[in-house]
Amino acid sequence: MIEVVNLCKSFGDNQVLKNISTTIKKGEKVVIIGPSGSGKSTFLRCLNCMEDPTSGSIIFGGVDIADPKVDINVHRQKMGMVFQHFNLFNNKTVIENIMMAPVHVATKKLKKQKRANLLKKLHLKKGAPEAIDTSVQEIKAHAREKAIELLKRIGLEDKADAYPSSLSGGQKQRVAIIRSLAMDPDVILFDEPTSALDPEMVGEVLDLMKDLADQGMTMVVVTHEMGFAKEVGTRILFMDEGTILEEGTPEEFFGNPKTERSKDFLSKVLI
Amino acid sequence: MNGFIFKVEKFLDILLNKGGYKEVLTGLQNTMIIAVAGLLIGIVIGTLIATVRVMPKYKATVRAMDKFCSFYVGLFRGTPMVVQLLVFYYVMLPLLGLKMSSVLVAITVFGLNSGAYISEIMRGGILSVDPGQMEGGRSVGLSYGTTMMKIVIPQAVKNILPTMGNEFIALVKETSVVSFVGAKDLYLAFQSIGSGTYEFMVPYLAMAIIYIVIVCLITVLIRIMERRLSKSDRSR
Repeated sequence: MIEVVNLCKSFGDNQVLKNISTTIKKGEKVVIIGPSGSGKSTFLRCLNCMEDPTSGSIIFGGVDIADPKVDINVHRQKMGMVFQHFNLFNNKTVIENIMMAPVHVATKKLKKQKRANLLKKLHLKKGAPEAIDTSVQEIKAHAREKAIELLKRIGLEDKADAYPSSLSGGQKQRVAIIRSLAMDPDVILFDEPTSALDPEMVGEVLDLMKDLADQGMTMVVVTHEMGFAKEVGTRILFMDEGTILEEGTPEEFFGNPKTERSKDFLSKVLI
Repeated sequence: MNGFIFKVEKFLDILLNKGGYKEVLTGLQNTMIIAVAGLLIGIVIGTLIATVRVMPKYKATVRAMDKFCSFYVGLFRGTPMVVQLLVFYYVMLPLLGLKMSSVLVAITVFGLNSGAYISEIMRGGILSVDPGQMEGGRSVGLSYGTTMMKIVIPQAVKNILPTMGNEFIALVKETSVVSFVGAKDLYLAFQSIGSGTYEFMVPYLAMAIIYIVIVCLITVLIRIMERRLSKSDRSR
């Protein structure tokens, strides 16, 4: 599904990622762990070009999205992302947060269709006008329906019209997760989704993530939650100093780490 | 004291019985038109410039636009408003062979000028919004422009509202120089009342009071807008 080929990323003279190549298959739950400063978050952020790779390619849906000529926005719609600090839109209510991208994308398509039809009617463009079977109202109603369904799933339908500032951290993160789900992504990237949460709220977010994993969502997760990595992960990538030092199933990695660095790391983290 | 009351009576006589109020109303109208239209043009120009200036500068076109914008801001912040009015009216218009009413000239210059100031205010506002907001928008596939217009700028506007109020107040007061190009503003209205009787004390006092009243009204207006916009700040 995602093929990373010779990915390098530098910030100025500081090379953060060194020639990373890996393939993420459909349905995999890849968990990236490693010490801080090892480049895990940068790697994840390169996957959807939130950071532009310095060199190398990222093949997603058959297209190299690292190519600056590619319209990255189209591909990001199929590649959700969940951030450490949630990044919900503060000026929008919860339901608006969820509806925003689906409505925007659908209305944009509708407008394009209408424009094409107008040109065809004026004989400025060849072909007969296509039938338009939807309207802005319908798009909005549909998106709202779906958003409410998603909110029900996380039990926050009563918060639909609240602003993010009135939610707890755990609630914000769960809303952020369903915001990315609203676009029906093929894969979701999680950038330390529980690191900014109160300990009490970590559970509810991890539960939702497990729920997603059980439904077969492809996930790439950067986390410090070793329990989650063990339980949910199908593959562990251990990163250090900008390279993937070790990879394997959770059983292999946690049971029998191969490198000194990973042994050292695992001995220091609580499992 | 008697002298002052006499002067007030004389002023009121001109104002109410000899048609002075018409001039004052026209002046007030022009002052407000110039300030409001100038502010609106300024907001449009300022937002555009600010957006260009905070754009990531990978492309040569963006870098060129950025250069132009900083030149523009430097030009309009580097010269006094009066000079801009005079240059526009007496240099630019004849050179371009255009004819414009003096109020229109004033609106144009005020718009261009406040655009330069508002761009810096807006840029600060945009930079004050958490970069995560932009990332959040981009991560769900919204374009840079869409995220900017729908997510970042609305939050930036909320942050800069007090400063924008300041800018508007400054614009209202600065309209008092538009008589340099012959626009009939509040100052010109009271000046002509005064010169009719060679008695300036009361007209100018009245003018000052009117300016203060306008500014107070604007302050109240801004306060109301701030309260409206802060609804997403706290839980309801």
